[in-house]
Amino acid sequence: MQKITEKHLAEKAKDLLSQGKVSAVLGWRRGEFDYDVTPALFTDADEIENGLVYNCFCGANLSKYLVSKIRAVEGRMLVFLKPCDTYSINQLFTEHRVDREKVYIVGIPCNGMADITKIRNAVGEGITGVSGDECLRVETLYSDEPAELCLADVMSERCVNCKSKKHVAYDELLGDEGEVLDSHRFDEVERIERMSPDERFAFWQRELSRCIRCNACRDACPACTCEVCVFNNPASGVESKAPVNEFEEKMFHIIRAFHVAGRCTDCGECSRVCPQNIPLHLLNRKLIKDMNECYGEYQAGEAVGGVSPLTDYTAEDGEPGDLIRRRDTDA
Amino acid sequence: MRKCLYKDIHKIFARVAEKMPLYIPAKTGDEKAEYKKWSEGDELFEGLNTVKSPKDLFFPQSEDLVRFKTEGKNIEITDVREDKGPFAVFGVRACDAKSFEVLDRVFLTEPRDSYYASRRENATVVTLACSRPSETCFCKTFGIDAGEPGGDVSAWIAGDDIVFSANTEKGSAFLDIIGELTEECSCDAVDREKEKIAVIMERLPLSDLTTDGFGGGKTEDLFNRAEWAELSEACLGCGTCTFVCPTCQCYDIKDFKSGNGVVRYRCWDSCMYSEFTKMAHGNNRLTQKERFRQRFMHKLVYYPENNDGLYSCVGCGRCLKSCPVSMNIVKVMKKLGGKKND
Ligand code: SF4
Ligand code: SF4
Ligand code: SF4
Ligand code: SF4
Repeated sequence: MQKITEKHLAEKAKDLLSQGKVSAVLGWRRGEFDYDVTPALFTDADEIENGLVYNCFCGANLSKYLVSKIRAVEGRMLVFLKPCDTYSINQLFTEHRVDREKVYIVGIPCNGMADITKIRNAVGEGITGVSGDECLRVETLYSDEPAELCLADVMSERCVNCKSKKHVAYDELLGDEGEVLDSHRFDEVERIERMSPDERFAFWQRELSRCIRCNACRDACPACTCEVCVFNNPASGVESKAPVNEFEEKMFHIIRAFHVAGRCTDCGECSRVCPQNIPLHLLNRKLIKDMNECYGEYQAGEAVGGVSPLTDYTAEDGEPGDLIRRRDTDA
Repeated sequence: MRKCLYKDIHKIFARVAEKMPLYIPAKTGDEKAEYKKWSEGDELFEGLNTVKSPKDLFFPQSEDLVRFKTEGKNIEITDVREDKGPFAVFGVRACDAKSFEVLDRVFLTEPRDSYYASRRENATVVTLACSRPSETCFCKTFGIDAGEPGGDVSAWIAGDDIVFSANTEKGSAFLDIIGELTEECSCDAVDREKEKIAVIMERLPLSDLTTDGFGGGKTEDLFNRAEWAELSEACLGCGTCTFVCPTCQCYDIKDFKSGNGVVRYRCWDSCMYSEFTKMAHGNNRLTQKERFRQRFMHKLVYYPENNDGLYSCVGCGRCLKSCPVSMNIVKVMKKLGGKKND
């Protein structure tokens, strides 16, 4: 299996640009440190040569940027997408938020992304360098020897339960195609389901009370594509800039989870960007799991078009109430 | 100067808490920390910075100002401010201590903000020198000395001890409270610690970052620079940077209809938001580029212009750690610094 590195991405981008197949490239730009990579639009070969990066810190899902960035570009835009990101873009195609014809998707392999907070917890402050892929060498200011960490031990929470290494949308692939995985991604949801109502309440209270209502979760979410969110619209009557009280804070997150239900692909951006490390993806996963149980297995973004569980009705559809009763009798 | 064993710090906390509420950076879930009211069992966060800064203690994210209630033709107006009374905050880093000065210039100049002012007057700020700065720290850029953290009392962890030194009257009163638990000591250990910190500060990756090219009078040089487009292109407009920033000071005042009258409250606002300072004519910053530019121009040009050269960034590095797309003031300064508009 050929190992795909950022060199391959750069070659591909320069190639397609020079052939005129695409007029801009959406990728990630190198930062001040090895880990502070920023999504970026490239239009020339030199910039790509010097700036384009692909490493285990390229967690940011680029698909949502297409909604706004593509308007600024004549012709097609190349976008590099990891397997999980391709589910997001399919969903955007389905919802007509992005024009398929204007996008040139290059699927890239992914071994899982690292979480810098986990690395920091392992090695402490003063991280001056991180290199390697499966095995990371972390240099710090406070020790002469670099620390060796296994990527698996500092992996982003969502990558630990990666649902798929398969690209569900692409124009071309770099490297070999992967497979849909048996991810065990509902294990944690089941653990929470088994809690008593009081325990569960306490769990979410503890998590959500830390929310600073920065809205990063919403703004990064590829399923949240309203250009002005109702909560940012003073004319909506529900504009809300502050966490008013703990009750409202929980409502905000639950409402948001319902709002993206059936459309959330479980890409995990919400939890990745949360400055307070709140496991928001668990709310979405709970809804995915319930929908699977009520209406049959469904993976948002697996394909373009079609109907989703909540926009379709069949006589066989289960009732949410039955689900709860069944769970209670099982327990 | 007075010292005690660092491992006995909880005894100091307990003693102070008998006299007044004490806030410390405490661990929350998942290795993150926040300032919280100390109670038995709470442990001091050993890492460097809390996610949110201590500005919450003086300028809370949201607070009720006044309540209105109408009955027939009468309107009843109640001042609903929460008066905390005297309190202490321990473990404030030099950068955050400096941020209070930045906030003071906004809230304590006429018209003075009485909500903020009363909390500032009531607070005893105990700072803590940084023995292990993060790679994201750049307080030095703004002339802040992490080894001389300031506030009412400065503290250093030196060897097995924690050493306290009062800087103000409030600080001396604080040392009196913990007097029995501490003993008089010389400055030697502290001096050695300060030297160590000075050496580390030089080794930090951002130690060469300067404010060249910024400051009062630079609006024309910087405002129309082409680089703002690239710098702002990935910004989500989420406002995380402004909420974690110790010096961001913008707020909105809103009315909440509670069914039992109207509560007027204020809450943090963010120049990164599309509805920020929206008026009848709309918002004068139409795209994220203008909003993004505002945040950095304010910190690096407008604020120093109006405040004797004081910058309204203290180099705490929080925005470097929290931005979901890793865009931040350091990248802005490196891109725009020291060059002229052409
Ligand atoms: S990103 Fe985290 S802190 Fe910010 S609004 Fe979402 S849950 Fe709250
Ligand atoms: S700079 Fe970063 S943290 Fe600030 S609004 Fe933009 S995306 Fe959010
Ligand atoms: S702009 Fe960033 S580094 Fe500067 S004070 Fe604010 S959060 Fe800290
Ligand atoms: S910026 Fe300076 S004062 Fe602030 S935490 Fe870092 S070293 Fe300490």
